[in-house]
Amino acid sequence: MDTVLEVKGITKKFPGVLANDHVDFNLRKGEIHALLGENGAGKSTLMNIIYGLTSPDDGEILINGKATHFHSPKDAIACGIGMVHQHFMLVPVFTVAENIMLGSEKLRNGVLDIVQVNKDLKELSTQYGLEIDPTSLVHDLPVGIQQRVEIIKALYRKAEILILDEPTAVLTPQEVEDLFIIIRKLVDQGISVIFITHKLKEVLSIADRITVMRGGKVIATDDPKQTNEQALASQMVGRTVILKVDKTPAKPGDVVLSVKDLHVQDDRKIETVRGVSFEVRKGEILGIAGVQGNGQTELAEAMTGLRHAISGEIRIQDQNVFNHPPRDLVEKGMGHIPEDRQKHGFVMQYPISDNLVLCSYYVSPFCRRGVLQNSAIGTNAENLIKRFDIRTPSPYVPTSKLSGGNQQKVIVARELSRNIKFLVANQPTRGLDVGSIEYIHHEIVQMRDEGIGVVLISAELDEIMALSDRIAVMYHGEIVAILPADKVTREELGLMMAGSLKPEVSTI
Amino acid sequence: MDLKRSIFITIIVAFLYSIVILIGKDTTQPLIILTSMIATTISVATPLTLGALCGTFCERSGVTNIGIEGMMLSAAFFGWLTSIYLNTIYHVTPLPSLLIGVFVAILTGGLLGLLHAWLSVTFKVDQIISGTVINILATGVTGFLNRQLFFEKGSIFGGNVPHAPGTLPIIAIPGLSQIPVFGKVFEQQPIAWTAIILVFVANFVLFRTRWGLRTRAVGEHPRAADTVGINVSFMRYINVIIGGCLAGLGGAYFTLESVPSFEPLMTNGRGFISLAAMIFGNWTPLGAWAAALVFGAAQAFQINLQFFRDLIPPQWAFLQQSYIVGLTPYILTMIILAGLIGRTTSPAADGTPYEK
Ligand SMILES: Nc1ncnc2c1ncn2[C@@H]1O[C@H](COP(=O)(O)OP(=O)(O)OP(=O)(O)O)[C@@H](O)[C@H]1O
Ligand SMILES: [Mg+2]
Repeated sequence: MDTVLEVKGITKKFPGVLANDHVDFNLRKGEIHALLGENGAGKSTLMNIIYGLTSPDDGEILINGKATHFHSPKDAIACGIGMVHQHFMLVPVFTVAENIMLGSEKLRNGVLDIVQVNKDLKELSTQYGLEIDPTSLVHDLPVGIQQRVEIIKALYRKAEILILDEPTAVLTPQEVEDLFIIIRKLVDQGISVIFITHKLKEVLSIADRITVMRGGKVIATDDPKQTNEQALASQMVGRTVILKVDKTPAKPGDVVLSVKDLHVQDDRKIETVRGVSFEVRKGEILGIAGVQGNGQTELAEAMTGLRHAISGEIRIQDQNVFNHPPRDLVEKGMGHIPEDRQKHGFVMQYPISDNLVLCSYYVSPFCRRGVLQNSAIGTNAENLIKRFDIRTPSPYVPTSKLSGGNQQKVIVARELSRNIKFLVANQPTRGLDVGSIEYIHHEIVQMRDEGIGVVLISAELDEIMALSDRIAVMYHGEIVAILPADKVTREELGLMMAGSLKPEVSTI
Repeated sequence: MDLKRSIFITIIVAFLYSIVILIGKDTTQPLIILTSMIATTISVATPLTLGALCGTFCERSGVTNIGIEGMMLSAAFFGWLTSIYLNTIYHVTPLPSLLIGVFVAILTGGLLGLLHAWLSVTFKVDQIISGTVINILATGVTGFLNRQLFFEKGSIFGGNVPHAPGTLPIIAIPGLSQIPVFGKVFEQQPIAWTAIILVFVANFVLFRTRWGLRTRAVGEHPRAADTVGINVSFMRYINVIIGGCLAGLGGAYFTLESVPSFEPLMTNGRGFISLAAMIFGNWTPLGAWAAALVFGAAQAFQINLQFFRDLIPPQWAFLQQSYIVGLTPYILTMIILAGLIGRTTSPAADGTPYEK
C-alpha cells in the first residue's frame, strides 16, 4: 500500500511544554488510522502541524513521498489535506454553502457563484451520501449536522487525507453510528483518514491501525486485531488501568436533595422539563440517562441555580431552595460539574490557581479581611494539580492554554475538593482520556462512600451503568422510570431512552 | 433592515419635515420647503454616510473604529491645506486644486487607517485606545498646524488666511434637475453623489464578492477563516485602510464641499454619529445610509428652521433657541444607541485581536 502522508522527527515546544517530541507517523492510502493518547499528549498539536496551522520547530512532512513545507493551511489544503477540528470552525451566521466555499470561492464575472456551489454540493452529497441543505444557517443546525458540513467542506476542497480530531466527543450514539457509515464510505472511495478519539471501543471497531501517543512521543503502532481495550489503555497511560469501576453496594442514608414536579423552559420558551420528581439520598449515585436534548441540560441548570424554573420544588435536606441563586446553593453544599466547561465551568483567561478557588475565594483561608491570600491560593493549586494530575507547566498559566481534557480536570478538582453535601455532575468525563476517567470515577465513588449524594447526568450509557446505584431514564422532558441499576440491562435502557419501551416496574 | 426600524425612520423623517413645512407654509410654498429639506438632507448626510461606511468595513472585518471622527477631521484639514497651497502659492486653478485636495484627504484617511490597523492588528493594542489615540492626535495636530500656518506672524501664509479656491461645483443630473421646483434635489456636489454610489458599491462588495465573504468571515470567526487559508491580518489591514479612505472622503466634505474654510474641531461629533448610524443600520451599507439620512433630516431640520427664523410665528418661538433644535441629532443618537428601537448584533469577533 502507498504511504500518502509521512511525518518524521516532528518536534514542537510551547513555553514550558514539549508538546511533540520527535514524532514519526505515517498514513497509508485508504486506511483509517486512529490516534490515541492521554489529554495533553500532543495529538491536536501534531494535527495542527500537519494542517499547516502551527509550524514545527523541527522535523519534516512528506506528502506522497515528496518533502513539503507548509506556511499556512492554504498550502496543506493544496496538498489535499482536510481537517475537522476538535472545536468546529464554522461561521455560525453564514449559510452552509457560504461556509463550505469560504476560501475556495467559485466566481462568475467577479461575483460569488452560489448557483454553481449549490450544484457542486448536490453532486458531493450524492457521491458520498451526505445529505445537506446548502441554504440553512449553520447556527440552526445540530452538532451532528455541523460536523457533516465540516466533512463536506474538506471534500469540497478535494481532500484526499481527512483528519478528524475527536469527532465523536459531542455526538449522540446514533450520530456516531451515522458518522462511521460515512467514514467507511469515504475510505471506499480512496480517502485516507486520521481519527482521534478517547473511546477505545470505537477505535477497535473502526481503525485499520492504531498509534498511541504519550507525553509528546509516539509509544507504539498496533494492529486492532492483535490488541484489546486493556492493552491500549495501559499503553496510553503508561500503567495498568482498571476499566471496570470497582464499587461496593451503596448504603443510602437520609434524603439530601429532592426535586418535586419541576417544570422548566429552554431559551426558546419551550417546556423541556415537564414535571420531573426524584430524590437523592446520602451515599448513593442517581444516574440520569437519556438521549441528549431530552431536557437534561435544563434540568441540571435549574437544579444548580443557572436557570429560572417555572414551577415545582427543590429542597436541600429540609430547606426550600427553589430558584435560589447559585452562590446560596454552593454555600448550602452543592457541587456542580457543568456540561459546557468553557461557558459555565471557569474563566478562560484566569490562571488555574484562581479558577481552583472560584467558589471559595471570599472565605478563609483564601481571603482575610477582604484581601486575597495569594500564598494559600497557590498552595491549594499545587496540591490539587498534583492530586488530580492536571498537566500544566505551572499553576499560574491561563486555563485557556491547557488541553481540552486538562481544562475539565480543573473543574472536577475544584468541585470534588470542596466540602459538599451533593454533587450534580453533567457529562463529568467528556473529552477525558481513560486514565483520567478511571481516576474521576474512582473519586466520585469515594465521595459517595463518604456520604455524599450524587446526580450523574451522562450521554454515555457505559458511564451511567458503571457508576449509578439507581438509574432514572429521561424521555421528552419526563422521567419515565427510576430503576435499581442491577435490575436493568443495557438494551432495556437503550429502548427506554428511545421511548419505545414502557417499563412495567418503576420504583421511586 | 427590519420593519420596526423602517417605521421608526419614516416617522422621524415625516415628523421633522412636517414641522418645518407647517411653520413656513404662510410665507413659502410647501413644495419649495419640502424640496429644500430633501436637498439639504441628502447633502448633510454625506459625511455621516461615508463615516458609517468606514465603520462598516472596519467592524465587518473585526476591528472597532472609534477614530472616525479624528480621521475625518485630519482629512478635512489636510485636504483643505493642500487646495489652498496649490491655489495661492502655485496658482493652480480652483477646480484642480480642489480635486487634488480631495485626493489628499482620502490619502490622509487611508494613512490613519493604516496607523489604526498597525496598532490594533499588529500590536494588538486595545482598539478603543487606538481609536482614541487617533482622535486626540487629530485634534492636536490640526489645531496646532492651523494656528502655526495661518495665525502666526512670519508663517507661510503671513498671519492671514488666504481666500480658499471655493468649493466643489454642483453637478446637476440632466433631465431630473429640470423638473420644476423639485429638480433642485438633483443638484448636488460631487462628494454627495459619490457617497450614494459608494453605498451601493459597498453593499455589492460586502455581500456579493469573494472579498466581502472573506471580510465577513474574518469579523465573525477569524480562526475559521484562518483554517481555510485566509490571511486574517491582511484582510483586517486592507479593510481598515479602505475604511480610512472612506472617512477621508467624508472629511473632504467639510472643507472642500460644504464650506471653503477650516475651523478647529469642525467635524463636531459627526464621526461618532456615523458609528450610531452604522449600528442602527445593522452593519450593512444600505441600512447605514438609511440611518444617516435620519440624522441628515435632523440636521436639515435645524438648518431650515434657521432659514425661516424671522418668519416663525410666536407660538413656535421656543424653537428660535436653536440649541434645542441643534440637539436633535444627538438625542436621536442616544435613543438609537440605547437600543430602544430594537437591538442589532455586531460581528462576533468585533474588537478582539486574533491570537493564533
Ligand atoms: N497554544 C498553546 N500554548 C501553550 N501550550 C499549548 C498550546 N497548545 C497546546 N499546548 C500544550 O501542549 C500540550 C499538548 O496539547 P494538545 O492540545 O496537542 O493535546 P491533546 O493530545 O490534543 O489533548 P486532548 O485530548 O486533551 O485534546 C498540552 O500540554 C497543552 O497544554
Ligand atoms: Mg486535542
